[in-house]
Amino acid sequence: MNTIPFTRKLMGALALGTSLFVAACELPPQESEQNGYRGTGMDQIRSPERVDTLQALNQIPEPQPEAPKDGPPVSQIYQNVKVLGHLSEGEFLRIMTAITEWVMPEQGCGGCHSDNLADDSMYTKVVARRMLQMTQDINAKWANHVAPAGVTCYTCHRGQQVPQYVWFQDPGPSTPAYMGNRNGQNAPAASVAYATLPYDPFSTLLNDPSKIRVQGTATLPTQLASAGKPIQDAEMTYALMTHMSKGLGVNCTFCHNSRAFSSWEQSPPQRTTAWYGLRMVADLNHAYLEPLKPVYPDNRLGPTGDAAKANCATCHQGVNKPLYGVSMLKDYLAELSAKK
Amino acid sequence: MIEYQTIFTQVQARGHAHDGIAMDRGTWPREGKPFFNHWLGIFGNAQIGPFYLGTLGLASLVSGGLAFFIIGMNYLASVNWNPIQMVRQLFWLSLDPPAPKYGLSFPPLNEGGWWMIASFFLLLAVMLWWGRTYWRARALGLGTHVAWAFASAIWLFLVLGLIRPILMGSWSEAVPYGIFSHLDWTAAFSIRYGNLFYNPFHALSIAFLYGSTLLFAMHGATILAVHRFGGEREIEQITDRGTASERAALFWRWTMGFNATMESIHRWAWWFAVLTTLTGGIGILLTGTAVDNWYLWAVKHGVAPQYPDYWPSVTVDPSTLPGAPK
Repeated sequence: MNTIPFTRKLMGALALGTSLFVAACELPPQESEQNGYRGTGMDQIRSPERVDTLQALNQIPEPQPEAPKDGPPVSQIYQNVKVLGHLSEGEFLRIMTAITEWVMPEQGCGGCHSDNLADDSMYTKVVARRMLQMTQDINAKWANHVAPAGVTCYTCHRGQQVPQYVWFQDPGPSTPAYMGNRNGQNAPAASVAYATLPYDPFSTLLNDPSKIRVQGTATLPTQLASAGKPIQDAEMTYALMTHMSKGLGVNCTFCHNSRAFSSWEQSPPQRTTAWYGLRMVADLNHAYLEPLKPVYPDNRLGPTGDAAKANCATCHQGVNKPLYGVSMLKDYLAELSAKK
Repeated sequence: MIEYQTIFTQVQARGHAHDGIAMDRGTWPREGKPFFNHWLGIFGNAQIGPFYLGTLGLASLVSGGLAFFIIGMNYLASVNWNPIQMVRQLFWLSLDPPAPKYGLSFPPLNEGGWWMIASFFLLLAVMLWWGRTYWRARALGLGTHVAWAFASAIWLFLVLGLIRPILMGSWSEAVPYGIFSHLDWTAAFSIRYGNLFYNPFHALSIAFLYGSTLLFAMHGATILAVHRFGGEREIEQITDRGTASERAALFWRWTMGFNATMESIHRWAWWFAVLTTLTGGIGILLTGTAVDNWYLWAVKHGVAPQYPDYWPSVTVDPSTLPGAPK
């Protein structure tokens, strides 16, 4: 009888086991694109399959038909128009139709308006008004981050009343008081791509982005070691950067030369854009999103009772330029760009 | 016919179980009746036992067991005592050192106190086990090479968990006890201190680590390859060089122009292994205490290569521009 020697069987079993083990990884082929000086590992690795999925998810809706710009300002026609009163009636109804399609396609006008259209009794209308101001503010004030495409309601909402990617303060899983402290990390969390890094870096670092920098700025220690930045701060920053990488669908080297993360001289220009983006998000959370907390019903609040806030994924949704950089704003310049 | 030419041990010599040499007074008796296991015999000696427990061994096992128990109970508590979740989340679970605000003081139990206690018992267990490797070698009349090699690994362990945290003034600098968490710690440590790859002692440690595996592969392969000429009798061949030794030496002289000897190869291997953790420990010890940014250190000393400016438009930190947002 011709039998396979034991050792060969064992080797075969090992090879099979190994291939099953690595099958959990993203399948090849992967495409790599050089984005820095040769030989420095400055590459972007992308799975074409995933890019196809993302492209299908990031198609923009058809713009609403052009509306007549003439006629008296709409504030003289309708009551209680606080933000868009400078538009013509045609433009006003056009943007209302667009917002319905972008944010409340199922509920329609009734998602925000009661029978008296001027009435502010529905919280959704109060929120929508504030969001219009926020959109105008972003397009006016944060060109460093959003130009030239600009943003519209659709950039975040994508046909949903609440954007898919928002964040709340995360107290983490509850654990006994005497043992088993998760220490704000060590739980599989989508917010940091299932690393053991702190699962809520946003409450700290999007509150004050100046805390993101942890790397030593001098060759030698300049202060007492215990007064410096501890490794825990570096983990917090690492967690936020993991969120950015995942939220934008890019590698670390999209913004950094990983041999010296803090060096601006060696960083791709995208890092500057991201730097403004982090300040933008902090500003929007402080000025617009957090203060809406008293407006929301309880079921719209987070586990600790805070309002929904924005991070990088809220607009980017897995793509380095939201909606692949296609501008929807150009069709709604009068309504959503800086208020004159 | 007996065949030696495989990477697994195919021949298992089975005689009467060997009880070992007689011991001096003052040592514990060896425990258990020896038995044979065919499967273990494929990788090592088929004879299992008798075991020597001893005072140091027993104390070390108890200490290590306590550390393991404290870490495990913290894992289990962190999933609300759900054993299924403990298995599912095992790679994520961790017992973390205290927060930086506690410095070198003893923190509340659930904010690093358990970590302190587990670390104490782990330290005790490792030191007692070191004593065991030393005294068992002495009892057998051996040199203490194993104990000193182990001491080199303990040096790195002590630097990471005891010496460096004390120098930095905070237990928070120590390593968490978790599978993913200690890896994230390692990456964060490198990021915080400006890229550990520019730390020359880290570089030495890697060179010795990879060198160790290379030497191990070269030596193991050489001895297996000259097995048919009696090459496995390395010790005799140190003083009485036979054809196996001659052929092995000739092979390496032919292929790379230089060869170790039957004796010196073991010194090479021992030093490479010992220097891996010895240099690694020095590298960790200097990080944060003497050097705050290894990349900048490497630039200062001309170690880091400079590349052409790929993005001439980007040169400034936007936070330094006038009117920059905070």
